[in-house]
Amino acid sequence: MSEHTVSAYDDELTAMAGKVAEMGGLAEKAFADAVSALVSQDLALAKSTIVQDERLDNLHQDIEEKLIEMIVRRQPMGQDLREITAATRIANDLERVGDLAKNVAKRVIAIDSDLQNKKLAIGVEHMTELALSQLKKVLDAYSSKDAEAARRVQEADAEVDAIYTSLFRELLTYMMEDPRSITQCVHLLFCAKNIERIGDHATNIAENVYYMVTGERLPEDREKMDETTGTA
Amino acid sequence: MNEMPNIEQATAMTESKISADKVQVYYGDNHAIKDVDIEIQPRSVTAFIGPSGCGKSTFLRTINRMNDTIEFCRVEGSIRIDGEDIYDPKVDPVQLRAKVGMVFQKPNPFPKSIYDNIAYGPRIHGLARNKSELDDIVSSSLQKAGLWDEVKDRLDEPGTGMSGGQQQRLCIARAIAVSPEVILMDEPCSALDPIATAKVEELIDELRENYTIVIVTHSMQQAARVSQRTAFFHLGVLVEEGPTDNIFTNPKDKRTQDYITGRFG
Amino acid sequence: MTDSTLTPEANDTSAKAPAPSRSLYALDDLTKKRNAAEKRFQAYGIAAILIGLLFLVVLAYSIISKGIPAFTRTVVQVEFTITQEQFDAAEKELFKTKAYERFFIGALQGQFEESGLNVPFDAKAIERIVGKTGGTIREYFRANPDKLGEPVAFELAASSRVDGYMNGRVTRETMTDSRFLQASDLDIVDALVETEVIKTVFNWNFITGADSGVDNPGGAGIGASVIGSFFMMLVVLFLSLPIGVAASIYLEEFAPQNRFTDLIEVNISNLAAVPSIVFGILGLAVFIQFMHLPQSAPLVGGLVLTLMTLPTIIISTRASLKAVPPSIRDAALGVGASKMQATFHHVLPLAMPGILTGTIIGLAQALGETAPLLLIGMVGFVARGYPDGFIAGFTEPNSAMPAQIYTWAARADFAFYEKAWGGIIVLLVFLLSMNILAIILRRRFERRW
Repeated sequence: MSEHTVSAYDDELTAMAGKVAEMGGLAEKAFADAVSALVSQDLALAKSTIVQDERLDNLHQDIEEKLIEMIVRRQPMGQDLREITAATRIANDLERVGDLAKNVAKRVIAIDSDLQNKKLAIGVEHMTELALSQLKKVLDAYSSKDAEAARRVQEADAEVDAIYTSLFRELLTYMMEDPRSITQCVHLLFCAKNIERIGDHATNIAENVYYMVTGERLPEDREKMDETTGTA
Repeated sequence: MNEMPNIEQATAMTESKISADKVQVYYGDNHAIKDVDIEIQPRSVTAFIGPSGCGKSTFLRTINRMNDTIEFCRVEGSIRIDGEDIYDPKVDPVQLRAKVGMVFQKPNPFPKSIYDNIAYGPRIHGLARNKSELDDIVSSSLQKAGLWDEVKDRLDEPGTGMSGGQQQRLCIARAIAVSPEVILMDEPCSALDPIATAKVEELIDELRENYTIVIVTHSMQQAARVSQRTAFFHLGVLVEEGPTDNIFTNPKDKRTQDYITGRFG
Repeated sequence: MTDSTLTPEANDTSAKAPAPSRSLYALDDLTKKRNAAEKRFQAYGIAAILIGLLFLVVLAYSIISKGIPAFTRTVVQVEFTITQEQFDAAEKELFKTKAYERFFIGALQGQFEESGLNVPFDAKAIERIVGKTGGTIREYFRANPDKLGEPVAFELAASSRVDGYMNGRVTRETMTDSRFLQASDLDIVDALVETEVIKTVFNWNFITGADSGVDNPGGAGIGASVIGSFFMMLVVLFLSLPIGVAASIYLEEFAPQNRFTDLIEVNISNLAAVPSIVFGILGLAVFIQFMHLPQSAPLVGGLVLTLMTLPTIIISTRASLKAVPPSIRDAALGVGASKMQATFHHVLPLAMPGILTGTIIGLAQALGETAPLLLIGMVGFVARGYPDGFIAGFTEPNSAMPAQIYTWAARADFAFYEKAWGGIIVLLVFLLSMNILAIILRRRFERRW
């Protein structure tokens, strides 16, 4: 697309996209760190992740202010309007991702002992890998304005949901087998739920990216397959 | 936002008020308007936007044949209002202009009293049989234009002594006074301050109930605020026409996109 | 927030143009030069205006100082009584007027004695001062026999030389003895002035009267030619205004833009520059020789001047029509007025002040025009008096003010020269009142938009 007549407008849009990307990077890192702290029971890493979240919040606030300012000053239309509204929503989602990662990190401190059953952690790790790659892909899609990639991210969310469902069942089984593990399992379950929510946020971002690029809503062609909602 | 689909449906069902078919306008050798096809819905506001010199005003003026006053101007194709071709040799432009009123860019009240400004149209068209009927037309036109409370005590003061916004609303009242069906507005707010602009826009929104309004504007925000449908002109071509919300959030044509986002060279 | 977005630009500009800070109190050379040039120009302007004013003052002074004497005349005022017997005796004499003159001289003598002055004079001297008085007195009493036996005051016009002496035009040093006036007569005049027998009074006859013969400058008046000019102006106004305005409206608002109208336009502009004498000869050929309209009549003069005024009116009317903002036409057309309605209801009233100005300028030009009148015979003519009725005002031979002034200026007697200046004053007053009328009309028509 050609440049705006007012070049400062282009600079602002670029700066805004850069900041959202930076936020994405921070959220990704927080998420990865939180989960690795969980798996390795690294309290120091967990604590630093919690502290790091503040940066993400500040950045989010900063972006929000910038966006409002741009709306006031530039009265965006068309593509620009979509980019700005999408950026607002994406920043929101990323801030939530950060919060969820922080929550996972907090639980690491709460569990406060080695995971007795490493098998449980493997399921969580696997789910994390998938959710993390979803987040990565959608952030790439945002940077490259790739509607097709965004659509693929949305489709792939079903996989995260499926893993979550199986993990849920697994944890239930453990709790029934060994009531001593209930505390740990509940924590893990909440962590898993958080990760699943991160996946949902990635999907949200994907939808926004799709709208931003094409101007149309991404059709929600799949049933929400979260079987746990009824029971949990 | 929510009522948009309803309006769209409603307008889609009714027959269009104005329909232009392959309209060409030439100024001498200059081909100013090329192949414009457009359907304008009754009782709605249609905005024409586009860069300066894109032909939007020219096209607007073909709708009430104001272009007739320009000597080298030639119009081809057909423009129908209620199915009647306004360029038919049987049509008298004066009669047409009583049906299709016009409000201009610069407020241009006659240098006469407020009363005479409004009464002029009805007088020359013989719409009032006596003084009291004329009084009624004047007061109801001013009321419709939302000007009555401001001027009812000074109807014999000159219309040129009012503020710019009042003058423009006086011009709208003057256009209404001859009971037109269509009102064309050529950048009616370009000389007004934001408050006066808001009042005129509010008025346009009210008039939509009874009149078909076509407005040319340079302000995209204004087009977005007042219109139900928007048409984008560029270099004499009607590039894109559609529901206003679509034009401003998700235009189909790259030229429209570039224009509304401020990317035109 | 805002700072962070704004500062890069601000830094950019300051980096590009590192402007050294200069004090606003110190004027640089360029500014000084510019200010000096402006002051010089203003000085030129004031000088130009002053020079113009100086010329105006000189002109006004010379016109007034030379023209004022035309408005005064010198009279000899004597009161005496003639009885029935004296009248009968005088009527029996051979030279009857001589007898009446004796009464006059006797009465004059009486006045001198009353004032205790002793200046010798004879009948010849009196004749040189007041002309032959007997005839006038006899005519009076023959016409009014009932006045016999009563004291009657006679006011007789002094000769033009005496007039000149009173106005300072003739002095003892400059005059040469002649049969018209001798140096010794001036002593008598001085004495008569002292006894208030000779007086200077306002010359109503100059304003109301008609032209006189070449030998009687004292009796010449401009009144008849004022009437002539007035009727001519009526013709010009009532022909050129409607024709001119109609032509301009058509050309400006209705005529198609093509070669033909271009040609007409060029021709109108050219006509405005055609010398007036050309119109004069055209008028002579067409109106008098071909159409056989009465010669020397204000009607013909008016027609010729109409031809001359039309281009001026058309040009100024078109200019003022053009000056009416097109938005007013749009407004009228927009509410469904026809082109003619738009023109006559809105454009024309707004153009009216300009049209009136143009018309007045045209009329003023026509009023001052002499050359074409020379050719149609409205000059060199001694008017018989006032025209007989309104229609006759147009058709009877008459003169016009500028032509009359020209005639006087061409006459030999120096007293007529004075009359010419006086005529100029009347002409200017006429013109001034026309302009004032125009200004009043324009004010009334003027409307803001």
